[in-house]
Amino acid sequence: MSDPERDADNGGGDAGDEDTSGEPPENDGQQFDRLPETADERVVPGRPTREEVIDWWEQRYAVPPETWDGHTFWEKGNGKIWAFAASVVSPIAVEGLGMRILRARQEHWKPSTNAVQRFGREATKNVVVLDGEEATTFAKGEDQELPRWEGDWGYVIAAHEIPSDSEASETPRATGEAGDVEPIGVGLYLHGELRSTVPKGRREDLS
Amino acid sequence: MEPLERYASLLSDFDAFRAACDRPLPSVVRVNTLKASVERAREALDAEGVAYEAADWHPGVLRLEERGPGTSWPYFHGWLHGQEEVSALPALALDPQPGEVVWDACAAPGSKTTQIADLMDDTGVLVGNDNNLGRLSALRHNAERLGVTNLAVTNQDARNFSFKPFGDRTEKDNRIEAFDRALVDAPCSCEGTVRKNPDALDRWSLEQIKGIVGIQKGILRRAIQATKPGGTVVYSTCTFAPEENEAVLDHVLSEEDCEMREWDAPEGFETDPGITEWNDDEYDPAVELAHRVYPHRNDTGGFFCAKLEVTV
Repeated sequence: MSDPERDADNGGGDAGDEDTSGEPPENDGQQFDRLPETADERVVPGRPTREEVIDWWEQRYAVPPETWDGHTFWEKGNGKIWAFAASVVSPIAVEGLGMRILRARQEHWKPSTNAVQRFGREATKNVVVLDGEEATTFAKGEDQELPRWEGDWGYVIAAHEIPSDSEASETPRATGEAGDVEPIGVGLYLHGELRSTVPKGRREDLS
Repeated sequence: MEPLERYASLLSDFDAFRAACDRPLPSVVRVNTLKASVERAREALDAEGVAYEAADWHPGVLRLEERGPGTSWPYFHGWLHGQEEVSALPALALDPQPGEVVWDACAAPGSKTTQIADLMDDTGVLVGNDNNLGRLSALRHNAERLGVTNLAVTNQDARNFSFKPFGDRTEKDNRIEAFDRALVDAPCSCEGTVRKNPDALDRWSLEQIKGIVGIQKGILRRAIQATKPGGTVVYSTCTFAPEENEAVLDHVLSEEDCEMREWDAPEGFETDPGITEWNDDEYDPAVELAHRVYPHRNDTGGFFCAKLEVTV
């Protein structure tokens, strides 16, 4: 079992990069390669499959598999997984292809803030619902003590309730079940503490 | 603002035009309906006490009374995008449909690109190109923040745009060899942004305009060539200069297989027709179908927008 704390800072190096024998094809960081559907179709060692990516979202966050029906999955850069809304030729040498949704090829896969905001609405598991002050702290990129969380450790979806009208509604406490809540980003929950992984360019002081 | 004196002959209410150019622009956001309905975004702003007024020509274009858009939860969630009001026009003229293949030739930083993605319901393929690698990161950042997943980002000189990365001249079923629609929001002298950047005209010169016109013509010609017959190409700039607007249209009308198409600006948004004479030049009469946007008409920045159809 590796330490998710260490994985979080893993800049991208992974044992697969060391293999210079040239025999099995390697991931090429200059292009997007479509993920194989299943392990049987895998050619590049270590490359996640579409099936594995969909299973991971379902097992970790209970995101229904059909959420991804309209998207193709791609790898560019080591373990950086992207979702694209159409089918295009593979490999494809472009600067961006849809949305980066996930960092794989490490013990603890890490979803991206943008993926969680877009697709995390479907999640019903490992969703930490924050109250107003906690949500503000999280959006600033700050870590906080959150002893009440009794779900899994590791990467969780931090969410909050957005009032749908001008009457402030009662904020539900974290239950691991998301109701009508909006995902904020990805938290790393360890030792009673919720760490915010909101990237620098997305942090805001909303207090 | 000496350069703007050139347009006194075009406007009977030139004083109102000049006065508008001196006023700062209101802070405006567009609702990103990929992530939230207009109603939900407006309710969330109401709940946070952020005051705004919806543009009467577009319910998803909101003029904020005070602070910038970066400090509210709806913005954090990517429900809103800061975008100059007038720059919402070209995507509406383009009228992209879900499932189409669309090109944004000069896409960064992506306000119009992400609006196009929204109009496409985030389906099909939207190719966002920019020749400036540094600005591409802003394009990608904005697109991902707004939850866009149908955008392929390329870094090419739009004048020589190649479909090679998309598998043209191969047998692959999912190759792309032409666009259904294309937007050319061209680099320009930016006269119309003077309300946002008061120093926008500091480096203005006719020589600079002459240099940029060649680029504009090159990009628009490539867009017409790269678009299927029957497809739509929209040309827009944020300048008043006829050399960069009607003259560029006149050039492509004579050099490429295309025709001007009528497009009605949204109801409640007032525009002026393209001009057919400027100094000693005369332009194809069809350029009258283009839209000139003067700042005093709708309290926006200045703009130019034209719709073309590719012919066989």
